[in-house]
Amino acid sequence: MTAAMPSPETIVRSELENGLTLLVYENPSSPAVVLSGYLWAGSLGETREQAGLAGFTAGMLMRGTENRTFAQINRELESVGAQLGFSSGVHTVGFGGKGLAEDLDLLLDILADCLRRPTFPAAEVEKLRGQILTDLERRAHSTRRMASLTFRELLYPDHPYGRSVQGYPETVAALDRESLTGYYAQHYTPQGMVLAVVGAVSAEAVREKVEAALGDWSGAPGASPTRSIPPAVRLDEPRRRFTPVEGMAQTDIMLGWPGLARNDDDFMAAHLANTILGVFGMMGRLGDSVRDRQGLAYYVYSSLQAGLGAGPWAAIAGVAPTNVERAIEGILAQVRRLREEPVPVAELEDSQSFLTGSLPLQLETNEGLASVMLDMERYGLGFDYLQRYPALVRAVTVAQVQEVARRYLDPECYALAVAGPHRTT
Amino acid sequence: MDVARHTLENGLTVLLQESHHAPVTTFWVWYRVGSRNEVPGITGVAHWVEHMLFKGSEAFPKGEIDTQIARNGGVMNGLTWLDFTTFFETLPADRADLALRIESDRMVNALFDPEEVELERTVVISERQGAENQPTFLLSEEVVAAAFRVHPYHHETIGDMCDLETMTRADLWRHYQTYYGPDNAIVVAVGDFNASEMLARIEERFGPIPARSNPEPVHRPEPPQRGERRVEVEGPGATAYLQVAYRAPAAADPDFFPMVVLSSILTGASGMNVFAGSPPNRSSRLYRALVETELAAGVSGSLWPMLDPYLYNITATVRTGRSPAEVEAALDAEVDRVLQGAISPEEVQTAIKQARAQFAYSSESVTNRGFWLGLSSIVADTDWFAAYLDRLAAVTVEDVRRAAETYLVRRNRTVGHYIPQEVQP
Repeated sequence: MTAAMPSPETIVRSELENGLTLLVYENPSSPAVVLSGYLWAGSLGETREQAGLAGFTAGMLMRGTENRTFAQINRELESVGAQLGFSSGVHTVGFGGKGLAEDLDLLLDILADCLRRPTFPAAEVEKLRGQILTDLERRAHSTRRMASLTFRELLYPDHPYGRSVQGYPETVAALDRESLTGYYAQHYTPQGMVLAVVGAVSAEAVREKVEAALGDWSGAPGASPTRSIPPAVRLDEPRRRFTPVEGMAQTDIMLGWPGLARNDDDFMAAHLANTILGVFGMMGRLGDSVRDRQGLAYYVYSSLQAGLGAGPWAAIAGVAPTNVERAIEGILAQVRRLREEPVPVAELEDSQSFLTGSLPLQLETNEGLASVMLDMERYGLGFDYLQRYPALVRAVTVAQVQEVARRYLDPECYALAVAGPHRTT
Repeated sequence: MDVARHTLENGLTVLLQESHHAPVTTFWVWYRVGSRNEVPGITGVAHWVEHMLFKGSEAFPKGEIDTQIARNGGVMNGLTWLDFTTFFETLPADRADLALRIESDRMVNALFDPEEVELERTVVISERQGAENQPTFLLSEEVVAAAFRVHPYHHETIGDMCDLETMTRADLWRHYQTYYGPDNAIVVAVGDFNASEMLARIEERFGPIPARSNPEPVHRPEPPQRGERRVEVEGPGATAYLQVAYRAPAAADPDFFPMVVLSSILTGASGMNVFAGSPPNRSSRLYRALVETELAAGVSGSLWPMLDPYLYNITATVRTGRSPAEVEAALDAEVDRVLQGAISPEEVQTAIKQARAQFAYSSESVTNRGFWLGLSSIVADTDWFAAYLDRLAAVTVEDVRRAAETYLVRRNRTVGHYIPQEVQP
């Protein structure tokens, strides 16, 4: 083993007076640098009528500042092969950028400019609106995206997780420039912001540069980002909905339940249960059964989105329209098996070996390193998490896997979204 | 970054590159066969055979490759393209021997169990149906088919549906027996190993495999095009697309590098991460001419390094309320500007710097480096990628102008419009 690993000794963490947390990891192995982070300006702060506002606002940050036009920002970044982008999630707006290490100053300067001094030019607002509306129109004809949208609406009615972060054609059409600037003023502050810098840089130099670029930023007076965790939801009855997307050759299925938060005591057991169900090898037991033994799908897998709140735990499959019912039965059969039969020890150990053994691959690139560091900070895992991780994974027992499957994956009571052409059967 | 080259007695080419920045190793076997080697009746055979090589041998029964790789914390996959079929495993460096065992076994011992062949038929059909859900696939398939009347680049790698329905095990088996000889393959390893030890292990595993008779190369060059070709595709959706396919030089052609610069100027830098999308191109000429003017919601270009002359494809998503014809007219105006000589030395320098940055990002991952070493050996020669940046740096404004005059020729291109239709259930 020749490489160091993020640890309390190698991650340099500092807090600026304005509440910004900086994480730096020196990785001299390539001449590049990655900037990645988040601030608390996600869609939690918007109402149903404003759906899409947080995403629209984040998308406007690069479209003109007091110092640069949209075209200038693009030219300055792209002329050195650098890139930067902002996108909104439910809780936070994330950003990510990279460049050659020699261009770190430029990246930080533009990052600070976009965060601190966006001007929301009216013409740019309309340009971006048109692009978002075109994308929403494409979504309406995408089986995969419509299954996902419908699934969230079924699983989280009247809940921020149930709304589309991208919004809906009627809400995006109705957002005006004032609501964007208002959302910006309300939510963009360095308080609670986290910035990770990884690459061929010195931690000391980065700290000075970040202090210079962002240290005197305070956000608008009275800004108060939304940091509440939405209440967990329960599913008391099965909810099924078919969304017609006509003319398509393939139907998408999303079937699942409310899961759990990343900090939940059940997380590691659920992570293993999910790995066994629909990740390990070629998509776990679902891949083995629905894809390999029945030949029903090109893709079928499961996903556990454990974040600040309880995100969905779901199975996803793309199948021929005539095979929808068989695929759903196949997914539910695997769910029942996970609940009713203890997982063979060897199978659990395989998944444990996969999770611990694949760390070196995840930590190979600057982006992979930054992502792991941001998770440590966001969920309070501790910077010694990677050192503790193998023991945490190995500690999960057969009984715990069965227990979380029983607690979360109810084969009688689930949300099911199917999007595709009308069935002829 | 030195590459050690060897040829075993059975004709197997071996390329080894030590890289000690992270404790991981990537191992690839590239076969000089792709959908270019297919004839009508068996289109899609190369890709289907790739799938079958995960479906069982005596040493690795079905599912064992996925299981063992995952258990050891690795990732693996197979890729089929017009010019090649390749398989890789990326593993923690101390587990790399598993990859050698899998790949040396895969070269000769796959079973092609008739039952597995039938199960995989529906999986491959399902993969094609998933692709058919994408309007850009439907459009591109028609444009490329129109551009290549004679050359087997004519058909998509996934194959035509009628062939997927009727091909037999015998067709698959013949393909395997013809093309999977060591003398038609290239082994690439990049990572945390000692090159002479690695060579000895490769010799031990692959040395005993007998050479096969070298397959006939494909020689059906596309005749000169005599006038612009146009196709119109109607399909489901509400969004229109425009695709313009200019002829492009092969990777080994000296014109390829000026063409890379030209494509950078028109549609942005090409990404070099095989598993990630393209970098942003918002300062590119066509983004400014099509997207900034609100005619399109997005535009992208692709210029692949290919064995034979292929295409420089430009695809635009037409904005709601606009038409493909309007976008095409704006594209033509911009191309005319380039043809009239409006290229600056700064633009050429920018393209070179962008490539340098993409090269740096890509090199963080041994998997990417393995990919490029293998690809360049297939489409040109082993040194092709190592010399990439130097050859790009040597490109002059005059070279780019000449490339534009040679390749951005209207009578030599194929234009496709995707016209969305409302489909009734």
